[in-house]
Amino acid sequence: MIQTNIVKVGMADLNVLAGSGILKTTGLGSCVGLTLYDRVKKISGMAHVMLPDSSIARDGVPNRAKFADTAVPELVARMEQLGASRERMEAKLAGGAQMFAFSGSAPETMRIGPRNVESCREALRRLSIPIVAEDTGGNYGRSIELDGDTGILVIRSANRGVKEI
Amino acid sequence: MGFYERFAEFQLDVLQEVGNIGSGNAATALSILLNKPVNMKVPRVRMLPFEEISELFGGAEEVVVAVFSRVEGDAPGNLFFIISLESARHLLQILVGFPAEETGRGQVFTEMEVSALCEIGNILSGSYLSSLGDFTGLNFVPSVPAIALDMIGAVLSHGVMMYGAMGEHALFIETFFSQGQHAVEGHYFFIPDPDSYAKLFEALGVPLA
Repeated sequence: MIQTNIVKVGMADLNVLAGSGILKTTGLGSCVGLTLYDRVKKISGMAHVMLPDSSIARDGVPNRAKFADTAVPELVARMEQLGASRERMEAKLAGGAQMFAFSGSAPETMRIGPRNVESCREALRRLSIPIVAEDTGGNYGRSIELDGDTGILVIRSANRGVKEI
Repeated sequence: MGFYERFAEFQLDVLQEVGNIGSGNAATALSILLNKPVNMKVPRVRMLPFEEISELFGGAEEVVVAVFSRVEGDAPGNLFFIISLESARHLLQILVGFPAEETGRGQVFTEMEVSALCEIGNILSGSYLSSLGDFTGLNFVPSVPAIALDMIGAVLSHGVMMYGAMGEHALFIETFFSQGQHAVEGHYFFIPDPDSYAKLFEALGVPLA
């Protein structure tokens, strides 16, 4: 089979994959693309995190994929259901940019990218999952693809070409 | 029950009119700048699920020129003026007289060109907001604009953060405009903060649902 199984992850969304295939999310600005990979079982997971903390949710039934503090445990649980082990998981982060530069003091919403990254790191630390690579910050958007066979994360940006971490 | 199911049909019509007033004036400003007629479509008011925001235009990775103004004042929100790279190049040729061969290929613009595009966006956003202010009697204070040449998904997602706390959708008031046969085409996106609707409705004499 040459056709690759591509699983899309939308904004404020997460998904998991067992074995071959690609997890993909596009247009990361201040959002963070967080991936987890169990190298032994070849189980991968990806979340497109929009906001740092679920405590601000006003809609009662928060979408757990949307917030860093809830997306990480949710993603871990979904991968464990497929047979992954938390001890073997390694994390990669991409995104968390500040898309627009403003002179003067930036309002708090303009700093959402760095805060998202910080909150993802904290959530991973709480579960003792190591971050093996990251490409975060800056002022540009990114699209990412995680290869289910290798755990390699391919990062594309508009002006900075392609890189692998 | 989401945040928007509370909107009645006539309230959406009012938001469409908000887009109409704002972009009508901005289109006139662009027409004066270019000294050419500018066409505008009836604005669309859409509740987009977050995951579909990236699929606007040619997909999330489509690179565009985006001028962003954070709007403070009585009814805060985010205003985007978005054009394709090709339209940006045409705009520079018509307006500033940069010759075609010097406006580069691909995604490369000089600092001067980027600055000119940002200023054009600034003028248009200013006229959008000033007519909206006149119409509603509300005070809109735009920030100094910021420009990005980047993926549409990355750019627009920045404008919907305020909706993250409210649910899974964001409300866009979108207007398409064009000049000539595809020479210059672009969009305005006005994304009022979730807390701003009540003020907009109140200012326009529309009962709250």
